[in-house]
Amino acid sequence: MNLTYLNDLTVQVRRDILRMVHQVNSGHPGGSLGCTEFMVALHQELMDYSTDFTMDGHNEDLFFLSNGHISPVLYSVLARSGYFDVAELATFRKINSRLQGHPTTHEHLPGVRIASGSLGQGLSVAIGAALSKKLNNDSKIVYSLHGDGEMQEGQNWEAIMYAGSKKVDNLIATVDLNGQQIDGSTADVMDLGDLGQKFEAFGWEVLHIKEGNNLEAIVDRMKQAKAKTGRQKPIAVMLHTVMGNGVDFMMHTHAWHGKAPNDDQLATALAQNPETLGDY
Amino acid sequence: MKYTDQGQKDTRSGFGDGMTELGRTNPKVVALCADLIGSLKLETFIEEHPERFFQVGIAEANMIGIAAGLTIGGKIPFTTTFANFSTGRVYDQIRQSVAYSGKNVKICASHAGITLGEDGATHQILEDIGLMKMLPGMTVINPCDYNQTKAATLAIAEHDGPVYLRFGRPKVANFTPIDQTFTIGKALHLLEGTDVTIAATGHLVWEALIAAEALKEKGISAEVINIHTIKPLDEEAIVHSVEKTGCLVSAEEHNYLGGLGESIARTLAMHKPAPQEFIATKDTFGESGTPDQLMEKYQLNAPAIVEAAQKVIKRKA
Repeated sequence: MNLTYLNDLTVQVRRDILRMVHQVNSGHPGGSLGCTEFMVALHQELMDYSTDFTMDGHNEDLFFLSNGHISPVLYSVLARSGYFDVAELATFRKINSRLQGHPTTHEHLPGVRIASGSLGQGLSVAIGAALSKKLNNDSKIVYSLHGDGEMQEGQNWEAIMYAGSKKVDNLIATVDLNGQQIDGSTADVMDLGDLGQKFEAFGWEVLHIKEGNNLEAIVDRMKQAKAKTGRQKPIAVMLHTVMGNGVDFMMHTHAWHGKAPNDDQLATALAQNPETLGDY
Repeated sequence: MKYTDQGQKDTRSGFGDGMTELGRTNPKVVALCADLIGSLKLETFIEEHPERFFQVGIAEANMIGIAAGLTIGGKIPFTTTFANFSTGRVYDQIRQSVAYSGKNVKICASHAGITLGEDGATHQILEDIGLMKMLPGMTVINPCDYNQTKAATLAIAEHDGPVYLRFGRPKVANFTPIDQTFTIGKALHLLEGTDVTIAATGHLVWEALIAAEALKEKGISAEVINIHTIKPLDEEAIVHSVEKTGCLVSAEEHNYLGGLGESIARTLAMHKPAPQEFIATKDTFGESGTPDQLMEKYQLNAPAIVEAAQKVIKRKA
């Protein structure tokens, strides 16, 4: 693991996120910044995939983003992992772009296998893809990412019950526990209780990543999660993150869930994240 | 009469037997069900291919999502439950994870329409054609009898893209050829006529044929078209027929808002304006009763079609 490079990439992805949402004065920086380390670690150190994209993804690990509003981090990480040219990040949320506000297969963007945005649907899709792999005798893993607020959607609990009951053990679903949603803290809006215990009660193996913005901790624990696949239980990872991580005035608040920085705020945020690998 | 009932059969059994055949011939086909195996006639498929069947329990939203995921890796998933739970209950899941995502999922819905009967309005969806046809890229099919439902089931497996296949519970006349080729989007001319076009779908096709016989005795020549595919609609067949007859009766087991009739009305308005009467439910919920009682009460049978045909002919300029 080249930690220097991963750190540089993480900072560069943060810059991409901030510049993308600033440019169109819309989008979701808070959750994107909170999941930057996870997305970088997943695509650089954990997943086995080809950037020669095929929808079926035979014999490669697959990733599904369920909380599609954090598309800025997805697009930046996909581009900087080689799925498409980083210059295309400049088209985010603009007319005739493949980088729609929420991810879609409709414009055939490499790296995206399902549309997401309407919340709570990604876990079911990930389960289906995992079942397809089993039928194809494909031993690779399906990863998914979900917001904690998103877990209020009922379909998740149908899916959690299914995967536990039917022992879908080639699936690692990660929940971004940043404790925030649009209207406030998850505790205030609709308290989720102990999500890890709830997954366990539905028959899942649960791991926590307490330092969910620490690259080394993420890689270490996700490798442990991967080692637990194939043992008759789906795996849930509780990723404890700070929303808005890496930009001091965006941290620990839901205020930047779906709001773009103005020119001055962007300058401040970028100064905290100096250019490393080159802006798009 | 030109067509004969080969013996009453339910269209859902046509689906089940189609699935049995697909199980044997197409290894990519998988089936999902939300706790209604018997109603959807899936027993043989499951018995022969247990590894290709997914019982999801009473959780239809999850079923649609899993089906979308199964396409990734090349499977052709057929989801199965009643029409109400196949569409309205899971509309957003179908919209985002299937239609917008362009997934090759076949949404197969039994117990559609009012002929579900005694269970009543909670289960008698009369809005599903409208819901599904509004989704970009969705193909909508409503076959008329056992043989055609089986043929349609086989055909949709060969079609790349999302499909809504609608069929029913009651035993009805089975009158189309057993070895028919089903061409998606191609209407079938069942009877040639000159005075009025009757464009029917699903269970109403047989009623249309009976109505045409009754009209013949009254000296009226009715053309009957079987519109098994509501989307994409065979506009050419409709326009061509109305150019000859000058008027049309549409007939369907569905609300007149959003159904086949509205699609035809749009087609005629665009290409061949002509009087049209609608055999359909009139923006109402259903209720409990036997299928025959309900078809009569809600004016979805041959006598209602005869009356509508006479009325629409009088409206010709």
